[in-house]
Amino acid sequence: MVKKGLFLLLIGIIAFACSEDESTNPDEDNDAFDRKAMLINWADNIIVPSYTAFNTEASNLVTASNSFTENPTVETLQELRVTWTGSYLAFQRVSMFEIGKAEALNYRNRVNVYPTNTSEIDGLIADGNYDLSLPSTIDAQGFPAIDYLINGLASSDEEIVAFYTTNGNAQNYKDYLNMLAETISTLTETILNDWNNGYRDTFVDNTSSSASGSVDKLANDYVFYYEKALRAGKVGIPAGVFSNDPLPEKVEAFYKEDISKQLALEALQATQDFFEGKHFNSATKGESFKTYLAYLNTIKNGENLGNLITAQFETAKTNLQGLNDNFSLQIENDNTKMLNTYNELQRNVILMKVDMLQAMDISVDYVDADGD
Amino acid sequence: MSTALKTYFTKQTQAAPLAVFRVLFGVMMLVSIIRFWMNGWIEKLYIKPKFHFSYYGFEWVEPFGNYTYLLFIICGLSALFVAIGFKYRIAIITFFLSFTYIELMDKTTYLNHYYFISCVSFLMIFLPAHNYFSFDAKNLKKASFYIPNWTIDSIKLLLGIVYFYAGLAKLNSDWLLKAMPLKIWLPSKYDLPVLGDLMQQEWVHYAFSWSGALYDLTIPFLLLYKRTRWFAFILVVLFHIMTRALFPIGMFPFIMIVSALIFFDASVHHKILQFISKAFKIDKAEMDKKIETIFFQKKKNISITIITVFLLFQLVFPWRYLAYPDELFWTEEGYRFSWRVMLMEKAGYAQFKVVDGKTGKQFSVNNSDFLNTFQEKQMSFQPDFILEYAHFLGEYFASQGHQNLEVYVESYVALNGRLSQPFVDPTVNLLEEKESFKHKTWILDFNDEIKGL
Repeated sequence: MVKKGLFLLLIGIIAFACSEDESTNPDEDNDAFDRKAMLINWADNIIVPSYTAFNTEASNLVTASNSFTENPTVETLQELRVTWTGSYLAFQRVSMFEIGKAEALNYRNRVNVYPTNTSEIDGLIADGNYDLSLPSTIDAQGFPAIDYLINGLASSDEEIVAFYTTNGNAQNYKDYLNMLAETISTLTETILNDWNNGYRDTFVDNTSSSASGSVDKLANDYVFYYEKALRAGKVGIPAGVFSNDPLPEKVEAFYKEDISKQLALEALQATQDFFEGKHFNSATKGESFKTYLAYLNTIKNGENLGNLITAQFETAKTNLQGLNDNFSLQIENDNTKMLNTYNELQRNVILMKVDMLQAMDISVDYVDADGD
Repeated sequence: MSTALKTYFTKQTQAAPLAVFRVLFGVMMLVSIIRFWMNGWIEKLYIKPKFHFSYYGFEWVEPFGNYTYLLFIICGLSALFVAIGFKYRIAIITFFLSFTYIELMDKTTYLNHYYFISCVSFLMIFLPAHNYFSFDAKNLKKASFYIPNWTIDSIKLLLGIVYFYAGLAKLNSDWLLKAMPLKIWLPSKYDLPVLGDLMQQEWVHYAFSWSGALYDLTIPFLLLYKRTRWFAFILVVLFHIMTRALFPIGMFPFIMIVSALIFFDASVHHKILQFISKAFKIDKAEMDKKIETIFFQKKKNISITIITVFLLFQLVFPWRYLAYPDELFWTEEGYRFSWRVMLMEKAGYAQFKVVDGKTGKQFSVNNSDFLNTFQEKQMSFQPDFILEYAHFLGEYFASQGHQNLEVYVESYVALNGRLSQPFVDPTVNLLEEKESFKHKTWILDFNDEIKGL
């Protein structure tokens, strides 16, 4: 018995020791999960196409903003709004990929911190002198700031347009609005260019199992996004989960009023699609967290975690769909439904952050310390 | 005391093995402290966090802010003094106290191998490790070429306990019959050359589980017997290098490899000392000549009593888990300080709710406001952490003017690949619960059974 065990141990050790010499056939890993294929699917079929689509939307936003500021009328304002809504929705498909250049640029915070700081915006416009790359301006820019400038300055469209025409500071309003749109567009273009010029290969080639490997990093970013930005940001915080009272003024697109549900649904669908490896704008699916879990489950023979997570996505979606288009109204009229939706979203935090990351042996927000 | 025992305690042997152990242990500790510092962990683990998790009864042990660095300097210097055998007794006591203090500052960082180091350094306080090949031994009155046999045997026994108990702990159904948690850990090492593919094979997971348990159970005996000693030592080296390659376990493998040398005869150690002497231009032969007939002067001392009690304690203490109901891996009552090494994969999620008991108003806590990610991770699946943190939250929010405070937690834990399930009773106001050595009744059922030790 002892000898047998030692023999087995030795086999393992010898295999390890001889590993360099024996690696002559790189194609023999036919039954192991191909993580590189997953990274390629993520990069080529999901991340880059999503950024490409959003980049187009973002430049449309710049155009629409310029058209409006060149000729501020109720009509151009309404056109700008439509474009803004479209690009805001497209943004929901890239927000979770805070990796590489996006991480370096602090992208999500530059583009979508809400509630926006209206008094700071008013101040910056009055001053006419600002630098949007300063951390202090993070809550005075991005989609929420535009929301305020095109939906929230006054109650009627005519009054809003007046800020850009008859207002003594009209030029400053125009400049600030254009600057906001341009910043979103520039940041997005920088990230997309980075993906297209080298980062894609860096990302795909980094198949390391360590905390700095692409799978580990993006898994952490993804779960973080789902937990903090989606579950808490879009639903939990305004529903008052983290405060004594509900905070209906903290919903996304607060001034537009009727698209908070649409934005949350799009974000939820985007996270589900990514989980399932669904190609951007297509029904085709590739290697993903879900197929990875299915592979690991062939070793472990446990519950089919991937199916549980998909089912939970569906439940959360159904709950979300049952809410008012305007989350503020939903919170004020019947917050229970909002809280129920939060609870359903929460269940997937546990399944993904605890069960999925455990199955993949990925440390949550890896801390570099010894284990034993 | 029987005559056999009496004779045993009078037996003497060459001091070289203990001297080598002292030198290498000191060097290893010095390197560990420097490594810890260079990695920025002092700052990250002890200075930055706003809150530290304390061991029950040691709540008074806290980091000293920026002076924590001073503590590490003291600890590192004392390790150096131990290595060179200068003012050894003071040095080893200082090392034991400073190292143990560091470990007590925050139980987030608990590792069996830190506990092992505290144990060894405590033991070494009572051993004449400086009688030979040390600065202290330059004073020939304090030097001796021989020391009592039992002093070396006590270290062997402690090492034997560590290995053997680690092996016993693996005799459970998860480890042996399900190859858990290796089934989770090994496939994730897919990027090791060739071995990466092997790591995906189920039979490899079982082979590693079984051979790991056998290794732990048998290695003390294989080291003890002369005929298998070299073979055993090669196994020790290979095993620890292997674990080093697979898992992030820092200095531990090297410490264990070095420690295993104690099992060898004095001749091997003289060679090691000769090697060191050459490097530092020490005339070992001359030194030996002066003292080679000097035996350890037997003073009536209490060392034997203390060490006997200490080793008996080591033998008994790991079994305390038997006094608790429910699954050990689930409740972790009696889990620490028992050489349960790399035994389970556990992860959790804990969301705390602060409730005003009168108005019923409540809100959830964002853990990252108070804990770093490492603390949050460790807290989320260990009941004593959860309780301590709940009390911290209670105090914090009371100081913020909240009234009629109640703190609840909604928590889920996944153990060894089982689906996550509720962990702590969400209806229990944790502020009403006190830390103690009693069973925590507010931990929910495991709903499964892990058979074995």
